[in-house]
Amino acid sequence: MSGQTQRLNVVPTVTMLGVMKARLIGATRGHALLKKKSDALTVQFRAILKKIVEAKTSMGDAMRNSSFSLAEAKYVAGDGVRHVVLQSVRSASLRVRSHQENVAGVKLPKFTHFVDPAAGSAAGPSNASPSLTGLARGGQQVAACRAAHVKAIEVLVELASLQTSFLTLDEAIKTTNRRVNALENVVKPRLENTISYIKGELDELEREDFFRLKKIQGYKKREIERQMIAAKQFAEEQLAEEVALKRGISVGAATNMLVAVVETISCDAGAPESHLFIEWRRFCFRQ
Amino acid sequence: MAGRPSIPTNSSALIAIIADEDTVTGFLLAGVGNVDIRKKTNYLIVDNKTTVKQIEDAFKEFTAREDIAIVLISQYVANMIRFLVDSYNKPVPAILEIPSKDHPYDPAHDSVLSRVKYLFSSESVASDRR
Repeated sequence: MSGQTQRLNVVPTVTMLGVMKARLIGATRGHALLKKKSDALTVQFRAILKKIVEAKTSMGDAMRNSSFSLAEAKYVAGDGVRHVVLQSVRSASLRVRSHQENVAGVKLPKFTHFVDPAAGSAAGPSNASPSLTGLARGGQQVAACRAAHVKAIEVLVELASLQTSFLTLDEAIKTTNRRVNALENVVKPRLENTISYIKGELDELEREDFFRLKKIQGYKKREIERQMIAAKQFAEEQLAEEVALKRGISVGAATNMLVAVVETISCDAGAPESHLFIEWRRFCFRQ
Repeated sequence: MAGRPSIPTNSSALIAIIADEDTVTGFLLAGVGNVDIRKKTNYLIVDNKTTVKQIEDAFKEFTAREDIAIVLISQYVANMIRFLVDSYNKPVPAILEIPSKDHPYDPAHDSVLSRVKYLFSSESVASDRR
């Protein structure tokens, strides 16, 4: 794609030049702003990346702890505990609250877990409604198991919120970078090409006008010269006629005489032609 | 930002679980389990009798439900429906692959973590990639 094809299809006028310049300024400003946004997002993105790696490792630990505690609980309270738990599920007491966080105009979801005291199931935390699980034996182990799992949930919720932010930010950064590149590599060059095109056209018009003026000036000059020559001839003829009338000779003879006199005077003085007429006139009147 | 799906803000959402019986039992004990009026649960216990179809349906249902914010899925279960997990790209509900007791956790399989790892390594090699 050459520079000429990559321009907007506009009429090259001064008004359009102003419009294009305004658009170029707008595009430049937008580009700078988007670049800043992209940078801000990238900073946030890197921070989240680091946190995710940390959270993933701590998730492994939390899950291992919870698995161990569950094994302990099962060992002490018997394998039947799982049936008790599975049967007694009613409504969730451990829930997630989601809200948004705004980073440079990008809304990131954040999750926080909380305990809903109203919705206590039989398998719910002991402070909500006393659980009957493990009443016969192993109550302490069951409580420990529950605590370990709540802790695991904590880590998992944290990780989920990080992960969601990660995906959203990734998408946002991609879009922003695409826009930055589009402005930088497509919109701005196109506007610049258009502006230079309009400037070139305007210069061309100015040169054409100048040439036209010059031409007309030359034409007028020539016209004036032509009229001058005609006037001179006319004056000469009139003079010859006058002389012929005075002297009573034919017009042809008078002309010849005049020419002869003019030649002698021009030989004598070498004066300009217009001058000669006056001289000649004087000469005639003296005689 | 027309293409981006909006993020619903609600005060109370659930955590869904697709995992083996022990993991589900543990989390139910912690109090994440929910059974609504129509006896619909927010968890699926995967054992050797569970078919892939059932897992797929559960995954689709959990990701389509409005009141679920996070879906926890055991990694070996996620591997069974890997195509579904990988093609899922909405921010909410968030899909989280968790290690299970019987199967060691492999970070290479995690769809998000593999991307994190990729970015991390590329960042250290060429930090001005973006």
